[in-house]
Amino acid sequence: MGQRIHVTTEINGEHVEFLCEARQSLLEVLRDTLRLTGAKEGCNNGNCGACTVLLDGEPVDSCLVLGVEAEGASITTIEGIAQQAHLHPIQQCFLEGAALQCGICTPGFIMSAKALLDRDPQPSEETIRFQLAGNLCRCTGYDKIVRAVQDAASRLAGSSKNPATSKTSQARATAH
Amino acid sequence: MTSPQSKPYKVIGTRPVRHDGVDKVTGRAVYGSDLQPTGVVYGKIVRSPIAHGRIKSIDTSAAEEVKGVLAVATAADFPHLANKIAELGEGSVNLAHLAANVLAQGKVLYKGHAVAAVAATSPHLAEEAAQLIKVEYEPLPVVTWVLDAMREDAPLLHDDVRTNSMGKKAAKPSNVPTHIHFEMGDVDAAFAKADVIVEREFKTASVHQGYIEPHVSTAHWNQDGHLTVWTSTQGSFTARQQTAELLQIPVSQVTVIPCEIGGGFGGKIAVYFEPVAAILSRKCGRPVKLVMDRDEVFEGTGPTPGSFVRIKLGATKDGKLTAGEAWLAYDAGAFPGGMIGPGCMCVFSCYELPAARVDGYDVLDNKPKTQAYRAPGATQAAFACESVMDELAEKLGIDPIELRLRNAVKEGSRRVDGPTYPRIGFIETLQAAKNSPHWKSPLVGSNRGRGIASGFWFNIGLKSSASAHVNSDGTVSLVEGSTDIGGTRTSVAMQLAETLGIPAEAVQPRVADTDGVGYTDVTGGSRVTFATGLAAHKVGLDIARQMTERAATLWECDPAEVECVDGVYKTNGKSITFQELAGKLQSTGGPVVGRAAVDPEGPSNGFGTHIVDVEVDPETAKVTVLRYTVVQDAGRAIHPGYVEGQMQGGAVQGIGWALNEEYMFDEQGRMQNPNYLDYRMPTALDVPMIETIIVEVPNPAHPFGVRGVGETPIVAPPAAMANAIYRATGTRMRELPMSPPRLWAAMSAKKS
Repeated sequence: MGQRIHVTTEINGEHVEFLCEARQSLLEVLRDTLRLTGAKEGCNNGNCGACTVLLDGEPVDSCLVLGVEAEGASITTIEGIAQQAHLHPIQQCFLEGAALQCGICTPGFIMSAKALLDRDPQPSEETIRFQLAGNLCRCTGYDKIVRAVQDAASRLAGSSKNPATSKTSQARATAH
Repeated sequence: MTSPQSKPYKVIGTRPVRHDGVDKVTGRAVYGSDLQPTGVVYGKIVRSPIAHGRIKSIDTSAAEEVKGVLAVATAADFPHLANKIAELGEGSVNLAHLAANVLAQGKVLYKGHAVAAVAATSPHLAEEAAQLIKVEYEPLPVVTWVLDAMREDAPLLHDDVRTNSMGKKAAKPSNVPTHIHFEMGDVDAAFAKADVIVEREFKTASVHQGYIEPHVSTAHWNQDGHLTVWTSTQGSFTARQQTAELLQIPVSQVTVIPCEIGGGFGGKIAVYFEPVAAILSRKCGRPVKLVMDRDEVFEGTGPTPGSFVRIKLGATKDGKLTAGEAWLAYDAGAFPGGMIGPGCMCVFSCYELPAARVDGYDVLDNKPKTQAYRAPGATQAAFACESVMDELAEKLGIDPIELRLRNAVKEGSRRVDGPTYPRIGFIETLQAAKNSPHWKSPLVGSNRGRGIASGFWFNIGLKSSASAHVNSDGTVSLVEGSTDIGGTRTSVAMQLAETLGIPAEAVQPRVADTDGVGYTDVTGGSRVTFATGLAAHKVGLDIARQMTERAATLWECDPAEVECVDGVYKTNGKSITFQELAGKLQSTGGPVVGRAAVDPEGPSNGFGTHIVDVEVDPETAKVTVLRYTVVQDAGRAIHPGYVEGQMQGGAVQGIGWALNEEYMFDEQGRMQNPNYLDYRMPTALDVPMIETIIVEVPNPAHPFGVRGVGETPIVAPPAAMANAIYRATGTRMRELPMSPPRLWAAMSAKKS
């Protein structure tokens, strides 16, 4: 085992310190060291996007970023975008629009979509498809994913004042 | 079986949010690689760098000396298995071959073939140790194209494989384990009655299922002798059976815990890792986790067969087919048992043919053992048959939908391999396609064309078990055994909810491990919503019967006097809701548990028709999909959103197969593109919205009329695309993929 390096960073708004080897990717650190397993490994070479996280607001394939590059950065993962009991509107729209099947690519898509909508709140279909082209989905044929992002854009535009409530989590909470 | 209900449904046909959805959009769902049992260590597989060769020696000593390496395994650690066929639900497997695929025995048969395995305290250490395992090979000649592999002088993969042709075994070994022959009617006489005959040859490249989650398994051979396996599988019971058989231990000694699965499409039925992780774990006493890299997925796991198909169809000038003849050779890869059987059954499955002859060959070559891929074997056959149908339509001057309508199979039609169809909905899909906004819209612009094609796949029945118990708050907890790849927890739970007259959200479905539910076959064959759904319905009937008795106890009347309507139990002016009654179970006799096990006989049938508009760049031969419509008979769409999702996803996989996806081999049989950059699957930018038209011709073999929908949608796309490309360019493409270099060459050849 090589010498390990101390890294100080911020993940989902929390101060985090970890040790990693120079060769370890940010994805490895997130999943294996910090046990944030929402980012998935589909290819480990930047082609599938299942490991997408936001690094200082920019979407990155965390398999192509070294763990040490997290030093001083601010990272957002899929675990960090729901607000307390409420899902993020993109998450909500993926659920309501049946925009996932097996779900392995879903965290990556949601993170890429969030990066897109943070920058461009009303993207065209073409822009959505272009910006999501780095994320592969083998199940859905993309139709319902693109529609979910469109729905999320409208919902975010309509509810910039009132935060979107999560019907589903409420319903499930009642059922329990 | 009761006839499908005609009354309006309360739950079926609605679009509730899936029960496992929140976990999957928040990253909390636990997939195979997310799991970290205490004390886990990491395995790595040593793979063959050559496509064919004899293993002269394996030296693991250097790896074993590395500090942190805990175990090493080769085929020598496995029990010797004689040739024995094990039924795996959807298909069967020769256990000796399965064992030799999991870890090579004596020979390597494809690049990427697993040869040895090592377990160490970290993934990086395991990777380094794997590189220290020295394997000496004697290279042998390589063959990767199906027709080359059939030649007399082809390099032989197995010395003991001799062609079984209609029960007769050939004297000499060959690369052709099986020859299938179907024939009905006087084929030659029937061709003589044809006014037009079209005969063409088609080739397809090997393609991969492409699931985004690589294979992953973790095994723990506990000190008490019990083996626990956490794995990404389409069928926990078949994974248990294969693992137990390969290790020669009783199934009761193995528990398979299915994790959330990141796609399968048929490629996660055969085991690769489970027995290897088990052996490593038995040696080191700790849980061992094996995860594939993406290149290992491409090089070491099942592609679908590359194929050569020749089709001949004859028709009268008024557009009635008189005869058909098909000759199909599909590669099976390194071991016998490819997808030629269903290919032969499907090739003429859409049309009534007075006479037909089908010959099919299963062919060994130096590729990974082929595995099922969504309607396995049907897409290659449909590419050929539906392209010839299109050419016939053109020669006869008949609209291609009209030609299909004149020959479409219906209830009572006999398929060439024997079965007669029950009530099916093929004609209805053709009519819906004909009346669709897409078909009726004009297509304008140069270099553009519109194509259609149809496709067929079975809904296999097979075995499913389920149980459920009623909670005091009126919810019902459902336990089933079908791993959920696309929302089947919900489509199954909805059928229980409908039966009980409660909301979908009031059912809590769980997928149990092999100790938690009765035997359940794989999630495959488009069977889960059909067969496990049927089990859930029967669980509902069982619960409803018991709830009726409880209401009778409460009211001190005969159960026969209690009726249940939409979840409300009634007698003589008194009534109680399911939820209220659930709250009174403890005082009326205790818990209510329902159970069912089903084995529905006889497969059902799914048909679809696809329409596509393309534009072909005359300079680069790049094909752009402008518009795409999928029409499919779903019998009854339980959750229309998920049915649409299957139709859309299958169509886009088919578009990838049609346009870009292929295994590219060098002369030594080494795959040149084992990554997602060079093995080009469709991205969001490559496809438009996929329009869907769900046709509902209820399946008489299911109480709600369900037909499985998962596989049929991949069958028609390559042919539909080829037919559209022809309309756009005047060039008939008879080889997949129709990638820019291949299409450009064909367009250029036609010009000159």
